[in-house]
Amino acid sequence: MIAEAGHYALVLALALALIQSTVPIIGARLRDPALMNVARSTALAQLLFAGLSFLALTTLYVTSDFSVANVFENSHSAKPLLYKITGVWGNHEGSMLLWVSILALFGGLVAAFGNNLPLSLRAHVLAVQGWIAAAFYLFILMTSNPFLRLAQPPLEGRDLNPVLQDIGLAVHPPMLYLGYVGFSIAFSFAVAALIEGRIDAAWARWVRPWTLVAWIFLTLGIAMGSYWAYYELGWGGWWFWDPVENASLMPWLSGTALLHSAVVMEKRNALKVWTILLAILTFSLSLLGTFLVRSGVLTSVHAFATDPTRGVFILLILCVFIGGSLTLYMWRASSLKQGGLFAPISREGALVLNNLFLTTACATVFIGTLYPLALEMLTGEKISVGAPFFNLTFGPLFVPLLLAMPFGPLLAWKRGDLRGVTQRLMAAGIAALLAVALVWAWTTGGAALAPLAIGLGVFVISGSIVDIAERTMLFRLPFGAAFRRARGLPRAAWGTAFAHAGIGVALIGIVCESTWNTEYIGTMQPNDVAKLAGYELTLKDVTQRQGPNFRESIARFRVTRGGDEIGEMTPSKRNFAARQSSTTEAALLSRGASQLYISLGEEAAGGAVAVRMYHKPLVLMIWWGPVLMAFGGLLSLSDRRLRVGAPKPAKASRALQPAE
Amino acid sequence: MTRIVASLIAVMFLLAAPLAHAVQPDEIMKDPAQEGRARNLSKELRCMVCQNQSIDDSDAPLARDLRLLVRERIATGESDKQVLDFLVARYGEFVLLKPRLNLHTLLLWLLTPLVLIGGGFALWWHNRRRGRAAGDDDAVMQLTAEEEARIERLIAKETVQDKPV
Repeated sequence: MIAEAGHYALVLALALALIQSTVPIIGARLRDPALMNVARSTALAQLLFAGLSFLALTTLYVTSDFSVANVFENSHSAKPLLYKITGVWGNHEGSMLLWVSILALFGGLVAAFGNNLPLSLRAHVLAVQGWIAAAFYLFILMTSNPFLRLAQPPLEGRDLNPVLQDIGLAVHPPMLYLGYVGFSIAFSFAVAALIEGRIDAAWARWVRPWTLVAWIFLTLGIAMGSYWAYYELGWGGWWFWDPVENASLMPWLSGTALLHSAVVMEKRNALKVWTILLAILTFSLSLLGTFLVRSGVLTSVHAFATDPTRGVFILLILCVFIGGSLTLYMWRASSLKQGGLFAPISREGALVLNNLFLTTACATVFIGTLYPLALEMLTGEKISVGAPFFNLTFGPLFVPLLLAMPFGPLLAWKRGDLRGVTQRLMAAGIAALLAVALVWAWTTGGAALAPLAIGLGVFVISGSIVDIAERTMLFRLPFGAAFRRARGLPRAAWGTAFAHAGIGVALIGIVCESTWNTEYIGTMQPNDVAKLAGYELTLKDVTQRQGPNFRESIARFRVTRGGDEIGEMTPSKRNFAARQSSTTEAALLSRGASQLYISLGEEAAGGAVAVRMYHKPLVLMIWWGPVLMAFGGLLSLSDRRLRVGAPKPAKASRALQPAE
Repeated sequence: MTRIVASLIAVMFLLAAPLAHAVQPDEIMKDPAQEGRARNLSKELRCMVCQNQSIDDSDAPLARDLRLLVRERIATGESDKQVLDFLVARYGEFVLLKPRLNLHTLLLWLLTPLVLIGGGFALWWHNRRRGRAAGDDDAVMQLTAEEEARIERLIAKETVQDKPV
């Protein structure tokens, strides 16, 4: 009954999406406000029914209704409640349902909070959202229905893949989807602007907060996924340049570029055509990511060819939306007026440079991910493109980008004073050189590049501090006055500083982890001691334990340093009976930003066990960086200038802006 | 409809990676320098039955065989290049995670510099062209620049005063 209701709700959502995608457009043509307002009510109703459908599937999972094929294949009655719920999106059908639910959520938010949008713009934006939603509802209903019943309901389910039975699944996919799908708003605004043939700084003001929201979630989602891979997969890697990871990195790179070019558009009314293109490309890359992951084309080109129903359907959606929007772009973009002029050395110029490097980085990830597929399809030749390729091509792009980054916020709009900015950044430069010298002296005979890279990270972080210090006139005004200025500083300025510093923090973490990572691989008996980076790790014992739906063997390690007790680490290995598979639960011990990491291997005869231990210096900074970046994004989002329903004073100051 | 195992896990971006234990204690070479070379080479070689894993990361039996093979060749005194050549001759280019530059991979390697240089050139050209177009009404431009500086000062003052409580 619940399954059928969920299925029916989905059909109703499709019907609503179809109305939402046509009626408002007709209304805009006829200039009929009533018809245009249909967009608002259908978007809200669509959210209701998509939500109900999602709720229905969740209920089926929680009550372990194994008469539904999807629940049978991915759940187990003995599974903890949290994993029953997260199991909803731990499979293809359910994750697509989550995808459309989030799409409906964003559409609903625009409908609910878009009261200050011009009526026809809102109608067009929601209509485009309706097209996307309709396409994906059709996809789910025709190829991936999660509500299919089994004729003979089994007594027990097949259980969720053990790797997925983790808190990571509760957080990572929803975050990632909020990011992916959030970019659909920027896309819809871009297409609406092209249809209307009108775009101005106000447009950028509406688009930026939505893009920022999507970007914050995507940043956190990627970081979360990376940390999950780090502790769950058991060999301490945190980024694998896997096509599925790349699929999420590409929209992030172009979304970051979009955020920056939207600033230029909002402030200076320039780069309009480019910003529109980036908005289209960013969501196209999100769709591409969905296609890559969902079609099975990554597993192998042949798997795709033998079971093409889903793949071809998504490929069609991809072609229609990307091809359609780009055609519209080529047709209409020339009608958009070019905006303000600026000298190459200026804030705009710096943001253009940022866009150039981010776009190139995105193109590199794109070609590295798709080239092997294309080559195999065209010539049958199989090649691999993995981490060594990306380290060589993608990595170097960030050196000039990060070197230029502290200059950007300090340059003036229109025409900047490079020499003046260089002087103001002197302190950051000195801090960076000191860091290089210190690291060099401290790690004699290490890799030569690492101290330089750390210097770059320090430069970026201190550049952000200089930026804030300059804006508040710290050291030049009495402290109280500087403090008042700091409070008066736009939140967006603080956001920029935090986000930029976050990049520096992540860079330092990445460099330290990959350069000075030490490991110990060996077979240990109880009471054996392993020495690693100044720590002594003693294996106390190995015990067995019965979990809710698994058996695990737990090893206990005593960690000491120079005789001082520091803590206990208990890595384990779990065996899941239902799927005949096992997972490694690594044990982590944080010491500041550094971590000790132990994962267990096979048990050998006589109570011995194979272990891998790592000491990862400053590894946590890799994830603190993105958290700082997301925090910066949040600050920027809370800027009154961007707040939806802009308050009066902001409007007054806007009226004073040059009308160019 | 056949269920693609990977599609299960691919919700997130961890692929259906077998839980790895990679290099086993019994594989490690006695000479740390040689072991270091072996580890570095392993990171550039693909485990052909896995999804996008190097043999250094994978615990598949094939990866173990390849790791042992690499160490065998190193022990006989071969250079890194000779070891790679041997593996490519045996398993094809697919085994390399960093493809070699040849006719088939030309675009792959050249795209990054091409986009960067092409993009840089396009920007330069665009800027020059627009600069020239703007040069025609130079007088108007200068006037606005001055005024705008004044306006921008005003706005700066305004925004500081504007700030809430």
